[in-house]
Amino acid sequence: MLQFIGRRLLALVPVLLGVTFVAFYAMYLTPGDPALLILGERATQERVDALRRELDLDKPFLVQYGTFLARLAQGNLGRSTQTNNPVIEDIAQRFPATIELTLAAMVVACVVGITAGVVSAVRQYSAFDYAAMVGSLVGVSMPIFWLGFVLMLVFSLRLDWLPLSGRYDVALYFPRVTNFVLIDSLLDGNREAFVSGLKHLVLPAVTLSTVPMAIIARMTRSAMLEVMRQDFVRTARAKGLGGFPVVLKHALRNAFIPVLTVIGLQFGLLLGGAILTETVFAWPGVGRLTLEAIYTRDYPLIRGCVLVVATTFVLINLLVDLLYAVIDPRIRVG
Amino acid sequence: MSTGFRRLAAGLAAVATIALGFTVALPADAQEMRRGGTLVYGKPKDAVKLDPQNVTDGESFDVTRHIFENLVQFVDEKTEVRPGLAESWSVSNDGKTWTFKLRRGVKFHDGTPFNAQAVVFNFERMAYENNPYHKGPFSYYASFFNGYPGDLEKVYAADEHTVVFQLKKPIAPFLSNLATSSFGIMSPESVKKYGDDIFKNPVGTGPFKFVEWVPNERLVLEKNKDYWDRGKPILDRIIFRTIPENSVRVLELEKGSIHVMHGFDTDQALRIRQNKDLKLYTQTGMNVGYLAMQTEKKPFDDKRVRQAINMAVNKQALVKALYGEFGNAAKNPMPPVLWGYNDAVQDYPYDPDRAKKLLADAGYPNGFKSELWAMPVARPYMPDARKAAEALQADLRKIGVETEIVTMDWGVYLERTKKGDYNGLALLGWTGDNGDPDNFIFTLLGGPSRGGNNIAQYRNPKVDELLLRAQTLTDQKERAKLYEQAQVLIKEDAPWVPLVHSTQLGASRANVVNYKLHPVGAHLLINVGFAK
Repeated sequence: MLQFIGRRLLALVPVLLGVTFVAFYAMYLTPGDPALLILGERATQERVDALRRELDLDKPFLVQYGTFLARLAQGNLGRSTQTNNPVIEDIAQRFPATIELTLAAMVVACVVGITAGVVSAVRQYSAFDYAAMVGSLVGVSMPIFWLGFVLMLVFSLRLDWLPLSGRYDVALYFPRVTNFVLIDSLLDGNREAFVSGLKHLVLPAVTLSTVPMAIIARMTRSAMLEVMRQDFVRTARAKGLGGFPVVLKHALRNAFIPVLTVIGLQFGLLLGGAILTETVFAWPGVGRLTLEAIYTRDYPLIRGCVLVVATTFVLINLLVDLLYAVIDPRIRVG
Repeated sequence: MSTGFRRLAAGLAAVATIALGFTVALPADAQEMRRGGTLVYGKPKDAVKLDPQNVTDGESFDVTRHIFENLVQFVDEKTEVRPGLAESWSVSNDGKTWTFKLRRGVKFHDGTPFNAQAVVFNFERMAYENNPYHKGPFSYYASFFNGYPGDLEKVYAADEHTVVFQLKKPIAPFLSNLATSSFGIMSPESVKKYGDDIFKNPVGTGPFKFVEWVPNERLVLEKNKDYWDRGKPILDRIIFRTIPENSVRVLELEKGSIHVMHGFDTDQALRIRQNKDLKLYTQTGMNVGYLAMQTEKKPFDDKRVRQAINMAVNKQALVKALYGEFGNAAKNPMPPVLWGYNDAVQDYPYDPDRAKKLLADAGYPNGFKSELWAMPVARPYMPDARKAAEALQADLRKIGVETEIVTMDWGVYLERTKKGDYNGLALLGWTGDNGDPDNFIFTLLGGPSRGGNNIAQYRNPKVDELLLRAQTLTDQKERAKLYEQAQVLIKEDAPWVPLVHSTQLGASRANVVNYKLHPVGAHLLINVGFAK
């Protein structure tokens, strides 16, 4: 088992090399001079040239990439060319926001999606089944912007239950340690900030959950339908077991492998940043950070973001593989 | 209060300011103000850096203006200057030596004294490339002084409270340049102490002290209790929040979770005006949006073609459709709020038939094809360049000029238009920095600005002569005459279709008192408080 994990972690290296190379090369080919973007509309040409030299932009591609790898090996991601802030600090601040939002969204998506999928499968062709499947189709195709605004108008402006946007009430103070609002406010024993953080999380999480929720519901339903037709379910029923135990213990557990795969993939995707949700809800996550970095040709920051997102994606996949073995002991890792 | 009275009051305030050495807060609103309170300001984008000498964006300046102060500062709602950290100043007859008497007893937020050495330290940091603290672009310095150190001969402390600037040649807008936000004076000790991280540890002398900055979440400033201008600021705290989506920011204002904001379109402005819980602020913007023609390339190297394009554009309709009541059609390259504006200049009439004739005279009886570049981003002077381009495209089609709308990444757009690397027409605009006509006409249409902000690559030696002469004079009336003449010549040459001067918009909750917009686009909260 440990050997398996070790091997998989080692395999991360070529994956990340590939990812950074592609990201690096794509930025290299994209027109737009980072030096000019840093210096702004008022820059003189000499200054632009001097900065190009300082940033190594005048060097050949492979030299630039080599320098980057050498620095990376020392754990140095460099400083943002726009703000001069160390890239690692930017990511340490923004990534927790994304993780917090993604976790909340995935909890909503899994709870609602799996329940709906199971009930739909058990009561196939019932009114609930049709409603759930139509609902999930709507969920997949609903524009995030529109949904976000509707939720805001109803739950924040009309009913005044929840705040509109942001991560917490900005007038509340609590020391930042991990940059997870819920954790930091708990560490500080600040109940008010914790509740504020939780309330701020609801609308963006629900908005972000719709797509994975719909996909999980559909996947659960079809996997369940397949399993329920199999002999061992019939046997279990014949033994006199009925209702819930069969559905949950026998069927769902067996149907869970493909569902887990989908959950893992969706989780990985959302961790890459949900640009639309982050924009609507003023959520300072890694998606908008990446987007802004691309707009400003902030190469060190772009590379940092790509690295982190790619690493997370690979790690989530690894975790999913390990979970397979937990769910189905017949699957052996290693 | 009538405008006449307000002007008189402002005049009296300026006199009082100079006479007494401090400013008198005039209640602009009838509402009574209470001291203290926390004001939340909603911004579309976060600050980039809090090192005022090293940024060029308004979002950074909106924060740094509260932390740092300049030797001189702009008066409310105008671009005239009044004393800031300098109490008085004088200029030699040749216009090359400026002497500033500094305010005494002022301290930086870190407790170190503000004095002539501190001013010298700041200017040496900006001016000399071999200065150990000269890290960054210092773009405004370079642009106003023409390089590093450019036109600055030297800056020195004559005594503890007197600073002298020796210039190589007179710089006419020198004083107003010093009032722009990028010449905020930083604590020398803080610059030495924080090094590369100075941009997130701002220490100035201003009415507010820096507390905390979590990028894109919140930026907190608190009242400087030792502020030299007694009685200011009114608020205890300012919290800046970044809310990228315009409509969400307006909703936050309606809900009351933010108190002041900027960045919204004209439809939202009308909606804000109808809401009795909110206030809408408008200010004739110090800006211009224009359509430039590449005067070095065919067919736009022919003056007749450029004039024809001017006559083909239905400017009034375009401005009305895109800006509603929040914009005015432009005829000159500078806005009418500036001195030196020539109102006697006649704009080209909207006359497609005459335009066609002019094109035929120039050898294009059947028109021609051209590119029409549109900015990919909303700018203060043009919130939707794509729509403007579509309206222009329809107008030009009527005289046989077929245009293809081209748009690209903002950085590339700037880069290529500056170099003149476009075929035909390009939309762009400008927001003034210092309230000086030079900052519009010379920057945008002076021959030496080609390859830079003169994207039309326009050059007329007669115009250049006027503009360069104006740079060396200090008498405003004489300078105004030269700019007025230049505007006449530029109108005739028609390197642009000047399109619009857009109105600057701002909004607040109804209980916010004394908030004003400034022509240079500054959002200042120093005199602002909440109603009782």
